[in-house]
Amino acid sequence: MPKARGHRLLTTVLALLTAVVMTACGARTGEDTPAGRVAEVDTSADTIKVGLLNSLSGTMAISEVTVRDALLLAIDEINAAGGVLGRQIEPVSEDGASDWPTFAEKAEKLIRQDRVAAVFGCWTSASRKAVLPVFERNGSLLFYPVQYEGLEQSPSIFYTGATTNQQIVPALDYLREEEGVESLYLVGSDYVFPRTANRIIKAYAEEHGIEIAGEDYAPLGSTEFATIANKVQAAGADAVFNTLNGDSNVSFFREYQALGLTAESMPVLSVSIAEEEVRSIGAQTLAGQLTSWNYYQTTPSAANERFVAAYQAEYGEDRPTSDPMEAAYTSVHLWAAMVEEAGSFEVADVRAAADGITFDAPEGTVTVDGETQHLHKTNRIGRIGADGLITEVWSSKTPIRPDPYLRAYEWARGLAAGDRS
Amino acid sequence: MSIILTQSFTGISIGAVLLLIALGLSLTFGQMGVINMAHGEFIMAGAYTVYLLQGPLSSAGMSLLVALPTAFLVAGAMGVLLEWLLIRRLYARPLDTLLVTWGVSLMLQQLARDLFGAPNVHTEIPGWLSGRVTVIGGDDPLTLTHARLFILALALAAVVALTLALRLTPLGRRIRAVVQHRDLAEASGIATARVDRITFFIGSGLAGLAGVALTLVGPIGPTMGTNVIIDAFLVVVVGGIGQLRGAVIAAFALGVLQAVMEYSTTVSVARVTVLIAIVAFLQWRPQGIYTLRTRSLA
Repeated sequence: MPKARGHRLLTTVLALLTAVVMTACGARTGEDTPAGRVAEVDTSADTIKVGLLNSLSGTMAISEVTVRDALLLAIDEINAAGGVLGRQIEPVSEDGASDWPTFAEKAEKLIRQDRVAAVFGCWTSASRKAVLPVFERNGSLLFYPVQYEGLEQSPSIFYTGATTNQQIVPALDYLREEEGVESLYLVGSDYVFPRTANRIIKAYAEEHGIEIAGEDYAPLGSTEFATIANKVQAAGADAVFNTLNGDSNVSFFREYQALGLTAESMPVLSVSIAEEEVRSIGAQTLAGQLTSWNYYQTTPSAANERFVAAYQAEYGEDRPTSDPMEAAYTSVHLWAAMVEEAGSFEVADVRAAADGITFDAPEGTVTVDGETQHLHKTNRIGRIGADGLITEVWSSKTPIRPDPYLRAYEWARGLAAGDRS
Repeated sequence: MSIILTQSFTGISIGAVLLLIALGLSLTFGQMGVINMAHGEFIMAGAYTVYLLQGPLSSAGMSLLVALPTAFLVAGAMGVLLEWLLIRRLYARPLDTLLVTWGVSLMLQQLARDLFGAPNVHTEIPGWLSGRVTVIGGDDPLTLTHARLFILALALAAVVALTLALRLTPLGRRIRAVVQHRDLAEASGIATARVDRITFFIGSGLAGLAGVALTLVGPIGPTMGTNVIIDAFLVVVVGGIGQLRGAVIAAFALGVLQAVMEYSTTVSVARVTVLIAIVAFLQWRPQGIYTLRTRSLA
């Protein structure tokens, strides 16, 4: 019976495909090894090795390659100025391949085999969560350059991107105070960052009397947004808070535009769209919409002019600079400053010297907070222009103290405890 | 009130996209019994055709119209090449066909990455497709977007053209003869190998058309085909293998169910509901909505 065979075969195909998808999504933690080891930094050579751990292949490569480039730029600058403690920095680059178990394996390799002084990299929260136990077990250091969902703090990680009170909370303040927003629609991709961000947003909204007109999640990579756009339009909220990731933004903004919604009638504030993403989504689709970051290519400062000029001279005139790249670039300089301050490459000494270290970063002067191992950062709300660049329309003026658990905010009580209200 | 109408239309337009991507598959998988895992990459090829044409043809509208026949030819040619190089040697071995075409699909994805880069690209939407029609005005408007109407029209045109071709042309008669009884058709003097190749050309070409339509709703990337191919297989199975009518009904039914459920619940719940509905339906009617009646003894 060919027909029956066709069906059975098809069932096999679908089962196979499902299995492939599940393996790709499934996270396996690193192999268990005897705990409590302290990483020994290799100081035998004339140079000092650092690890770069980024996805150079796979779905995240588009973003993470730019971070790797910014890291290399910072290393070159430090080497040209004489290195760290008189030694030249030797980068060891590994490919995390957009696969979280691979990140854990490569982290282990960098720490154990190359015995690097510190590792710079990771982008998605999933990859950070995958390598976290590896760094903690080996007593090694990771510098993480991307804004994230907060509610985390590890002695093994320095977070040089924004935590929620430096990105999401100021964005809500801006919408409420400057745009007079009284109702919000939440649209996000279905994974840890948007879910956590939206819990925080809902707690904030409850405190400040903002109505949450709706909340929708689409699977990562989803491109069918007609229904969500219809729901957004029907709800008639004052603004949309967008935590969609990657290509879903293209489909979402197309449907949104097709329905006749505009930045004037219902602005969309996005927290995962920076200059690099604007380029791949299309400036025409995004013009006029809002973003919340700590840095834009257009941020006026002498340090930024130098950074943009050096980056474009190295990698091409048409390459934009973005917030995660700037945070990555800054992280290498901060590590070098910590090492100089400590007079040692040992992790414990570096960590002890971290508090109060400052760097004249492209986004302005940033200061390390020794307790949380995050940075004091200035928030900037920007508007996307038709040329693909983002210009600042509002800022927090002064750097905001990092507060990953939102302890200073009365309305955020209970979020950190993990209750899912 | 009008939200129900809006959502029904959304469902129909989701169904139209499903139908376009499933139509070619219904022909190659349904009529020929070949599980072509590289079908999704023919969709991708169609989408990249629009992208490539947008360079030399500065007008977005023009390039879309030129892309329709071009994508059909490009994807069709790729299909013929695949059939001629690999599939024709494997007709009696479905599992091998499956694995080989899956391999081809991975190679084509990598080829796209090498040619166009890993990041997704996007095309400009022509002005005449970025607007919308207001059917019912007022506070609670019912609006239909031009892009969706265009996809719907394209899908229906493809169905009508394919149906007429199968019913009325000598080629269509030969295809139907081969589907109904290959040996007897061959014995009556039909060059079945040639008919197979032409069928494969049309099926793959339809994938190219689907690719053009998909550039209106989302980005163009190396993995775009993989993302839609499962849905296409579902439509073909529910519709009944080898049945165009079945595919049409199945595509619109699944689209409307998805849209309605998604509106009242969430995307994930809607997805789960659709899959459960399909499983339940296939328990009741494993052969799909329509079955092909043949005199074949095999």
